[in-house]
Amino acid sequence: MTNLICIVCPRGCHLTVDEKNGYKVTGNGCPRGEAYGKNELINPLRTVTATVKIELSGSVKYCPVKTSAPIPKKMVMDSVNLLKNVKLKKPVKLGDTVLENIFDTGVNYIATKTMEA
Amino acid sequence: MKTEYDVVVIGGGPAGMGSACGVKEKDSTLSVLILERDSTLGGILNQCIHNGFGLHYFGEELTGPEYAERFINRVKENAIDVLTNTMVLDIDLENKIITVINKKNGLVRIKSKAIILSMGCRERSRGAINIPGDRPSGVFTAGTAQRYINMEGFMVGKEVVILGSGDIGLIMARRLTLSGAKVLACVEICPYSNGLNRNIVQCLNDFDIPLYLSHTVTKIIGKERVEAVEISEVDKTNKVIEGTQQILKCDTVLLSVGLIPENELSRNAGLKIDPHTNGAYVYENMETLSSGVFACGNALHVHDLVDYVTAESIRAGHSAAEYAIKKGNNTDDSNNSLDYKGTVVSLKATDGVRYTVPQFIRIDNIGALNDKVDVFFRVGQPHKMCEIQVKTKNSVITSFKRLQTVPGEMEKISLSKKLLLDSETDEILIGIKDLD
Repeated sequence: MTNLICIVCPRGCHLTVDEKNGYKVTGNGCPRGEAYGKNELINPLRTVTATVKIELSGSVKYCPVKTSAPIPKKMVMDSVNLLKNVKLKKPVKLGDTVLENIFDTGVNYIATKTMEA
Repeated sequence: MKTEYDVVVIGGGPAGMGSACGVKEKDSTLSVLILERDSTLGGILNQCIHNGFGLHYFGEELTGPEYAERFINRVKENAIDVLTNTMVLDIDLENKIITVINKKNGLVRIKSKAIILSMGCRERSRGAINIPGDRPSGVFTAGTAQRYINMEGFMVGKEVVILGSGDIGLIMARRLTLSGAKVLACVEICPYSNGLNRNIVQCLNDFDIPLYLSHTVTKIIGKERVEAVEISEVDKTNKVIEGTQQILKCDTVLLSVGLIPENELSRNAGLKIDPHTNGAYVYENMETLSSGVFACGNALHVHDLVDYVTAESIRAGHSAAEYAIKKGNNTDDSNNSLDYKGTVVSLKATDGVRYTVPQFIRIDNIGALNDKVDVFFRVGQPHKMCEIQVKTKNSVITSFKRLQTVPGEMEKISLSKKLLLDSETDEILIGIKDLD
């Protein structure tokens, strides 16, 4: 049995996961909590947010980005480091892909803000 | 430029944008202006690049900039006027005249039928909590560091100690770690964390950052730049326990030690401020004690979630719209015919409850008997298995059970018009009672 605090929403339910009983989750307030509890012990995932450089009309700014889906927790740090080499040169729209296919996960980094000149 | 509006909104963050959209939702013909001192709308959401916003209001998980952009688009779609880079200098509450200044228009007076105060809040700083020691560079409030890193692209330090476990501090612990800094510890004077549990898990535990509860920073050491901090354990009365001091070598200290509603303008204008919330006193419809002036968002009381700010602001917007419409139909220039003459119930926080918002309810303004007024408040201490009691001087009129309540999470109860009428009182107390 493992006790976890659910991070799916601000409610922070106290979950108990029974590994020996098919990862049965109790204490969850919604189905998303059940999925989280199970996943957290089998393959923990995180959505990552960061920023990338963007050069628009001569001045460098920072564009906020996020992973288009959660990625394995162990890749979080390395995935942020990938962004250090990215510099956007054109205006971006919210949702535009900034970096494709992070470590072959099929997940992209996408812009979370529309940034025009 | 246009200098007469039906509703003027001060502040273009989530509360300002939400309330402006609320006005238009009620009546799209009303003219609305948002005044914002920064160069863009969005307020603090622009620097909150992490996710977790919007679950309640949009039903999906968004980052701060995404949440802001949705409202910025709504502001555009609703043809709401916006003046950015514009500072409000003064508000004349009585005549609803707002004095503003900006580079393009200079000093301008804007006349409005109704005003919405949505200036947000400020962070408590080192001065507010009197940390002893040297005064080197390298001491930042967590929000300032957040703006530097996320928007301006400056790193604030390499080895960091965070004082306070508020959500911004926790979020910054993660952000700093991902940006290459080493966060040595998060130090919290209370025996419990003031941030959301999920943030303890995903921001501290995920990166093995220790959380020292019942500890505080007792000295900042360093000549030019922070070189170390001394942290100490405290007892139940927050007094330092001698002999528990330890030195943590670091170059940066982040403070996440609370937020204070920003009401310099409101105070100067003579608006009555509740010393418990540091925001205006309000009625059930978010109207302040100055008629036609409404308040919402973190300028009114500090919220945990932007979703709640949005809900509250939209209500303030609806109320301001109603006021502006009545005012427009009213040929008499005085406020007399708009004044409320029915019963006013005042809500008082007691027994473990720190404040309530609203503080006053005008019963006749609630529509049907079954219609409800939502009352928000915070507890002073964590409680397990307790009930929120709604009382008159003599008896408990209703109660709400809770498995747990913590100071870091805003509580909400709903009181029906029927309940308020049946209690036949003009003062209702709200308190916490522990259950065995």
